[in-house]
Amino acid sequence: MTKEFKRPDGRKVDETRKIVAKVGIIPNADGSAMFSFGDTIAYAAVYGPRKMHPQHAQNPEKATLRCDYSMLSFSTKERIRPGPSRRSTEISKITEWALEPVLLIDQYQNMVVDVFINILQANASTRCAGINAAAMALAHAGIPMTNLVSSVSIGKLDKTLVVDLNKDEEDWEEGEGATDIPITMTHDGKITHIQLDGKITIKQLKEAVELARKATSDIYEIQKQALKDVAEEIE
Amino acid sequence: MTEHEEHSRKVVIPGEVIAEGNDYLPGEGTEKQGEGIVALRFGLAEESNKLVKVIPLSGVYQPRRGNVVIGVVENVTMNGWVVNMDTAQGGFLPLSEYPRYVNKDEVGEVMGIGDMIVAKIFSINQRGIDLTMRLKGLGQIDRGMIVKINPNKVPRVIGKEGSMISMIKDETKCRITVGQNGLIWIDGDKIEDEIFAKRAINFITEKSFVSGLTEEIKKWFEGVKEK
Repeated sequence: MTKEFKRPDGRKVDETRKIVAKVGIIPNADGSAMFSFGDTIAYAAVYGPRKMHPQHAQNPEKATLRCDYSMLSFSTKERIRPGPSRRSTEISKITEWALEPVLLIDQYQNMVVDVFINILQANASTRCAGINAAAMALAHAGIPMTNLVSSVSIGKLDKTLVVDLNKDEEDWEEGEGATDIPITMTHDGKITHIQLDGKITIKQLKEAVELARKATSDIYEIQKQALKDVAEEIE
Repeated sequence: MTEHEEHSRKVVIPGEVIAEGNDYLPGEGTEKQGEGIVALRFGLAEESNKLVKVIPLSGVYQPRRGNVVIGVVENVTMNGWVVNMDTAQGGFLPLSEYPRYVNKDEVGEVMGIGDMIVAKIFSINQRGIDLTMRLKGLGQIDRGMIVKINPNKVPRVIGKEGSMISMIKDETKCRITVGQNGLIWIDGDKIEDEIFAKRAINFITEKSFVSGLTEEIKKWFEGVKEK
């Protein structure tokens, strides 16, 4: 790895943007949270477990997790057409898959846990911010879970691995270009979600996972603190 | 602001190890993983007699056997009433659990859609929640007003051994029934008394995080009286 590598915003290769996490921001929801990586801001609201509607979608074995990810129309410089798109439907599904392994919702038969994720402002890594916010909101809603999940995107800019990509880095064009690898993990290092967009060697992918492991453990601490802070208020 | 009283209570998040060692037993909201007791939900961890459990701080109301709840009759069937208690699973009050004998022909005449009841949960199964009204203090609501609060704040409104609720009852001269699902029935002789009780309850839910809440409410009552 080149030590002299300079990121556009001057961060170190293993440094995330400034992280802010807050829990309990939407009074109407059963659980809610906000998570941001620098300029990327995600809000998540959880409703339920509640009765699944329509009835034919009920699962008599366990509860269903239903995520809805959407970017607000003003979240980027170009206006985003409101409503579901190919991209947002895909990310909603990915978020469900990233969160489901830690949820213990077998006891809530025929019910649904709704998670609504909104991106207020986007500057890359929105799905990671969304997953982090959703994990906190689910915990805040009192949903039984084995663990919390934390998510971060690892990028390969030319040949260098960096943590938490921003928009400028995502569009990197020098050398081999940019590779984006969002990874979600529990705090004991089990991967619940990994995506790869670009080209990478197996050796470097392993390095990327190690980098993510370090970054998610920092994120976990911030999520944990946010949840503990809100408990003080409730009490 | 956290109250560190008699037993050590601490806030835990899912996956956090609460206690280590083999002498602890996992209670509600926890699981044994190897040597440690791990929290499975967000809440307050409490340990008593080596039993570790997590008390919920937030989230939807989880019905439990023995809870007194307030609900609305949603539907009348051949052999009972379907009751909505703001829970995911519906409640059912069978004819036989009505305080007096009801003939099958007069189910709709005894209670119709929209009537409110105070009932107790006597069983929870796959199909739904079964209710009963055949106990003291339960029955149909035919007067007074209903206030809805966050179910997580019900313990605050009741207070330690009912200290808070009995104070409100004395001060406002109202009969109050608190449903564990967050619905409260206030029944007073005058509507002014009922509104006063409602204000007191709303004040508690707003200030629920203040320590020494009972004292605070006492002051509030004195302040309101002077005016």
